[in-house]
Amino acid sequence: MANKLIVSPSPHVQSMQSTASIMRDVVIALIPALVVSTVVFGVNVLGLTALSVAACVLFEYLIQRFLVKGSCTICNWSAVVTGVLLAFNLPASIPWWIVVIGAFVAIAVAKMTFGGLGKNPFNPALVGRVFLLIAYPVQMTTFPAVANPALDALSGATPLAAVKHGVEAGVLPVQDLLLGNMPGSLGEVSAVALLVGFAYLLWRRVITWHIPVTVLATMALFAFCVALARGGEASLLWQFPLFHLLAGGALLGSIFMATDYATSPMTVKGAVIYAVGIGAITMCIRLWGAYPEGMSFAILIMNSVTPLLNKYVKPKRFGVK
Amino acid sequence: MGGVHPSENKLSRAKAIEVLPLPEVVQIPLAQHIGAPATAKVAKGDKVLTGQLIAEATGFMSANIHAPISGTVQSVDLQPNGQGVRQMMITIKREGDEWVDTIDRSTELKKECTLAPQEIIAKIKEAGIVGMGGATFPTQVKLSVPPGKKAECLIINGVECEPYLTSDHRTMLEHGEELLVGVTILMKAIGVSKAYIGIENNKPDAIAHLQQLAASYPGVEVTPLKVRYPQGGEKQLIAAVTGRQVPPPPALPIDVGAVVCNASTTYAVYRAVQKNMPLIERVVTITGKGLKEPKNLLTRMGTPISTLIEAAGGLPENAGKVINGGPMMGRAMVNLDSPVTKGCSGITVMCGAEAERKSAGQCMKCAKCVAACPMGLEPYLLSKLSQKKKWDEVEAQMITSCIECGCCQSTCPAYLPLLDWVRLGKQTVMGIIRARMAAAAPKK
Amino acid sequence: MEVLLYTILTLCVLGVLAAVILYFVAQKFKVEEDPRIDCVEKMLPGANCGGCGFAGCRGMAEALVKRDDISALFCPVGGGDTMKAVAGYLGKAAAEKEPQVATVRCGGTCAKRPRTNRYDGASSCAVASSLYAGETGCSFGCLGYGDCVAACSFGAITINPGTGLPEVDPDKCTACGACVKACPKKIIELRKKWPKNRAVYVSCVSHDKGAVVVKACKAGCIGCAKCEKVCAFGAITVEGNLAYIDPAKCKLCRKCVNECPTGAIRLVGMEPLPKAAKAAPAAAAKPGAPAAAPAAAKTEGPQPVALKASALDPLRLLNPLKTVEAAKAAPAAEARTLAALKESALHPLRLLKH
Repeated sequence: MANKLIVSPSPHVQSMQSTASIMRDVVIALIPALVVSTVVFGVNVLGLTALSVAACVLFEYLIQRFLVKGSCTICNWSAVVTGVLLAFNLPASIPWWIVVIGAFVAIAVAKMTFGGLGKNPFNPALVGRVFLLIAYPVQMTTFPAVANPALDALSGATPLAAVKHGVEAGVLPVQDLLLGNMPGSLGEVSAVALLVGFAYLLWRRVITWHIPVTVLATMALFAFCVALARGGEASLLWQFPLFHLLAGGALLGSIFMATDYATSPMTVKGAVIYAVGIGAITMCIRLWGAYPEGMSFAILIMNSVTPLLNKYVKPKRFGVK
Repeated sequence: MGGVHPSENKLSRAKAIEVLPLPEVVQIPLAQHIGAPATAKVAKGDKVLTGQLIAEATGFMSANIHAPISGTVQSVDLQPNGQGVRQMMITIKREGDEWVDTIDRSTELKKECTLAPQEIIAKIKEAGIVGMGGATFPTQVKLSVPPGKKAECLIINGVECEPYLTSDHRTMLEHGEELLVGVTILMKAIGVSKAYIGIENNKPDAIAHLQQLAASYPGVEVTPLKVRYPQGGEKQLIAAVTGRQVPPPPALPIDVGAVVCNASTTYAVYRAVQKNMPLIERVVTITGKGLKEPKNLLTRMGTPISTLIEAAGGLPENAGKVINGGPMMGRAMVNLDSPVTKGCSGITVMCGAEAERKSAGQCMKCAKCVAACPMGLEPYLLSKLSQKKKWDEVEAQMITSCIECGCCQSTCPAYLPLLDWVRLGKQTVMGIIRARMAAAAPKK
Repeated sequence: MEVLLYTILTLCVLGVLAAVILYFVAQKFKVEEDPRIDCVEKMLPGANCGGCGFAGCRGMAEALVKRDDISALFCPVGGGDTMKAVAGYLGKAAAEKEPQVATVRCGGTCAKRPRTNRYDGASSCAVASSLYAGETGCSFGCLGYGDCVAACSFGAITINPGTGLPEVDPDKCTACGACVKACPKKIIELRKKWPKNRAVYVSCVSHDKGAVVVKACKAGCIGCAKCEKVCAFGAITVEGNLAYIDPAKCKLCRKCVNECPTGAIRLVGMEPLPKAAKAAPAAAAKPGAPAAAPAAAKTEGPQPVALKASALDPLRLLNPLKTVEAAKAAPAAEARTLAALKESALHPLRLLKH
């Protein structure tokens, strides 16, 4: 035989998935939300997302090429995911240069300083978003009214902000929240589109249901208890939790951001604790905090707990009682 | 819990067992089993008959070895094995086909067994039977229930969860009746009244066949199992059948009252006890996508692997890897002239890109390895710590529980060599534990 | 005014309280330690290489201070001087050991030991060696994945890409023994360090029979025992088809080097002995060297890897200032002309001087 035999330890089978295929699947899962967002806020959305992606990929390429001097990592699509998610966390009216700054913080500060993919302790896109929220509070909280004339536009305040300022949660139509007929960040407007993405990710075995479902269940339970304590109409007992699940970044955060591999716990048990923490902190910030929305802060706070959970929450060992 | 579902690729599932013509020369390694190598009883120039004892078990944990063909012993010396490591082997050149006359070579079914349990175990020991699923644990040791422990049930492992391999499947289909007699013999040997035959649902024909036959054997039950690698791992199988989990090492299956025996081994037990047939041949699946004719071959021990490959149509042009065993746990070979041994259930040939590992990336903490680990370990962590030589930490993380099934590595989307490192860590920690026990022993 | 007063008062009380707590905690958890341990630790090299058997220099320093008899302790990095200084400071008797250097005992270069298969697993000698015999026909030789390089905390070992074998820089090597432990094939040995880094050793650890060795590698020891017979000091023993030169008995007389038929005995830092009568015809051929030189250059030309490999042969590692002797008992293919040697001598020069 001419060619030499290859020798390696077992197993001799490798996964059909790859880092790149997983990241590509996440991007595909985000497309429905992007489409709805474009319909609601106009073509500007596409430009913004493209800019964010381009900036993230460029920063990653430059840092990997000239600072880390390692092999090229942009082909694994992770920078693209960060770019799309960052854009989805911004209002449609944001100036372009703020997007670039956000991308820089996300990639250069939150990701590459720690060694790149898999080593970052905090979700890069959220670090970018929170940085921008603190540095440019006005631009980050000015939400344009829904641009599509076919839709019956709400005012320029997001549903959560409206509730914060005294509007009863029950008065907002659930139908609008589901379809995206409300102001808000690019990605968070349509619950249905995000759920379609969730289904796709589950089908492709990119994520498991544990984190998103636990986050949402915790939030719903929390809201239900609060509604119960506040008293009032019986219909609020289901309207209030439903509103909190559909409004703001609850779905976007729990499906796409809290499930980020590097920053979520490695075990199912750990992931459930982490998800409960995210749900509870989000509701605390929403109900009693200074900001109308608390998803991104909650995820970042629980990101910091992840190493601890990895250290102390171990999987159930076979044969150990 | 855990596990993966690799492509089954059971290419030879419908191929009836064929008898491979007798080889001209065989090489018989003295170490074909776990434990001490056997001691050679023949020397260069000796004439041997088929079925004659040529190497005797050395001590408790060892196994007898018999001549698979008749002829003259050419040498007893060091020869390279499949991995290129030189091992003591007896080389026999074939002359005719003369058998030891005590062996009953008829195919007639012999159901009754009047032997006492101790006599059965002695016969199994005499025949040199070892676990034929790949672990090669001497069967008589497994059947000798240590004092103070009690066997409650016998589990026959017909799972064959390893992709590609079909030798157990075909044995169950073609020798079902003999296998069931073997089961009753084993039940008698360990003194239990209940036996389960665990078979994965991807072999409905074998399940149906054995279920129909088992109706006339009281206490024997066929248990269909979910298709999930490594369902055929001893501990996984016990958990699936009885619901009991074997505690971490050094605990053994007998600690939860179970004795597990592979299906092919059970057939060999029938032949040894009822027909005086020592373990000199076995069914080997020769398979692979590039092979012209994947098949199941009844092969004498010691036959060169290359002969089997020729029988299956020869090694393809672009063959990259030849694996002794299946793709999940088999060992890649460098020497194709090395012999078939007692634990060789199949030869898998991989071609082209399939044979090469894809280049490894960076761990992105996707936790797929943790979810896949059937033992509830954290492969990413064990691999990282082993790489850093943190032996006490990996020991604390229960690395010795690892069964080396390969689920972690085969599910890793970054293609990291997780098990390469975990295996190294496990071997090192086992060495450390043995040294610790040896150091503690003299103090008594 | 009142606010100011209360603030100051509160702070003062807090401060005093904290101080009292800190005092008691410090008393309670005080660790009594011999101050000499710190001094000794400073005298040690601080490499934390573990060559002494302790996890780090601190552990060694503690043992040196606490034990009465320190003759069993030795810092391979600091060597005799450091041990003397420490012993003098502590008023104890120090162990004396002659300096050693790590020696790689495998001559199976890519050119001399052809690869028969391709390893595709994790790049680690330990992983590969637990899997199988290795990429070549020799199951004893160097695997070349550099576990020793990773183990060395002094940067003294590098894998030469031309030969695929590790090379030890004797000036950087501290004989800490980390590489010896890291090598799963037990190829690296700590041997006596002679002045000017001279050495004579068997560069092979194969216990295979001669015929098997020859098939797998052109530079292996075949256990012919010619060297054992010629050694006047009883330094060479052949056991299990392998010769071994005892560094304690060897006097670097170099007689064995010329005897070895495969060149497995390696000579470093010295010229080989002039060949005896048998070598005379070879010497007579010298005048013909210029004519042979282009031919030699031709064969080497298209094989840069082979050239590099051969440049590392023991005979080539000569003192460049002296005339190179073209004497070697190895097969004819290995015989080089004077001129060719002078050319290739440039390579070892660079390698030695870096």
